[in-house]
Amino acid sequence: MLITPTKAQQDKCLLAAKRLAFLVALIPLVKLLWLGFHHGLGANPIEKITRTTGYWTLALIMITLMATPIKALSGWSWPIRWRRMLGLFAFFYACLHFLTYLVLDQFFDWAAIVKDIAKRPYITVGFPAFLMLIPLAITSTHKMIQRLGARRWKRLHKLIYVIGIAGVFHFWWLVKKDITEPMQFAAVLTVLLGFRFVRWWRLR
Amino acid sequence: MPHQKMPKLLTSEITPQDVYRQRREFMRLAAGTALGAALPYPIFAGEKLPDRVKSAYELSDKLTPYEDVTHYNNYYEFGTDKESPAKTAGSLKIRPWTVSVEGEVRNPKIWDIDSLMKLAALEDRVYRLRCVEAWSMVVPWVGFPLAELIKRAEPTGNAKFVEFTTLNDSAQMPGVNSSVLDWPYREGLRLDEALHPLTLLTFGLYGEVLPNQNGAPVRLVVPWKYGFKSAKSIVRIKFMEQMPVSSWMKAGPSEYGFYSNVNPTVDHPRWSQAKERRIGDFFKRPTLPFNGYADQVAQLYTGMDLQKFF
Repeated sequence: MLITPTKAQQDKCLLAAKRLAFLVALIPLVKLLWLGFHHGLGANPIEKITRTTGYWTLALIMITLMATPIKALSGWSWPIRWRRMLGLFAFFYACLHFLTYLVLDQFFDWAAIVKDIAKRPYITVGFPAFLMLIPLAITSTHKMIQRLGARRWKRLHKLIYVIGIAGVFHFWWLVKKDITEPMQFAAVLTVLLGFRFVRWWRLR
Repeated sequence: MPHQKMPKLLTSEITPQDVYRQRREFMRLAAGTALGAALPYPIFAGEKLPDRVKSAYELSDKLTPYEDVTHYNNYYEFGTDKESPAKTAGSLKIRPWTVSVEGEVRNPKIWDIDSLMKLAALEDRVYRLRCVEAWSMVVPWVGFPLAELIKRAEPTGNAKFVEFTTLNDSAQMPGVNSSVLDWPYREGLRLDEALHPLTLLTFGLYGEVLPNQNGAPVRLVVPWKYGFKSAKSIVRIKFMEQMPVSSWMKAGPSEYGFYSNVNPTVDHPRWSQAKERRIGDFFKRPTLPFNGYADQVAQLYTGMDLQKFF
């Protein structure tokens, strides 16, 4: 016969899973560090670090955007409870991505950076996307939610849709010719935002 | 990108590299004593190219390590990321190989690669290589001026341009199954650019036969232009009256012009060309007009608006 786990057992299990997810989210960073210390980053390490941190920023944004549809379709609430952690990881990788550009790639060449932001379309959309992540990270605590009130907090955090779209454009406009990966992100984002649109349309 | 299915090979069936090298070395020595400098000539990547002459083309710049030159390649026929070519280009068969010289010439000819290699003395030449993606290398190439071949072909008065075509064989090149570029890969030069003494028909690097991922068995090196102008694994050299349309021009006419001379004042729409990162360096360095070869080549473009003819 089947034994139904108690609520406490379920919670314990989910907590362990969440801790595991925390460690999994660190893998890209650990891998970069490992490769870095073992001459494994190839001929152009700065490019490799930039690409990897950028990729995982975008991937984690997509993952956080999955929480709502998963809950709506399955009733599971744990993705919502993981969302802040994973969103902060997205911000963490975005910071590494930006710092790589600022320090390793441009080495504080402010003139070149300003020019990039103004003239390179992929940076023109990428930089504000990074800036928009900052208020979301700052307001991620319980205290901040209370302070803002759920309604305003929710409205503010809808910014992530804009950030996601900007992030995909940032990737798309950066690649020279092979747009396979940006297209994959675009497809995932279309489904995730499409889901929200359809739901909004039906509840209108 | 789908990976090619490789036939199963037992490790025991693979001849170790040092063994075949020894074997070939033995054969070459045997041939050298018995038949003079006849067969066999080095074929495989890593084999030393004999009888090279020193050239005046030296640089004080530090050479980019062999490992980086051969493992960081843009060669879309073998995948669009830079690590792929070194992993997958082993499937390219570099013998038998012919290069067809055709079009507006008095002496069209299908050259066998082994006779083509012996057409002129092979020179060691150290060139800067500047990629359009704002990174650069310093590579010791082995080859002879393309002009040597052009002289023998005797272009007619109609010949104004030269088009170079890369092999296009999906059985050997997994990347051509993707429509990322319009295959076969084509590049072009103006005849006077092709005749310029810097333009090198290249068979080797670091004194050795070219690795497949670097464009074996024969490629072009045009050091004052962005790297993509230097076509790899060439099968056809065609002399034409009209300007050829290169694969990259087709892919993005606003981003890649016919000339594509290295020019720090003409930015690629998506990235600045003012600076470059030399592979192995931390700090970027300013990019030089014509990649530092302005003294030799700037006169080819006198009176031309290089912002327009980028």
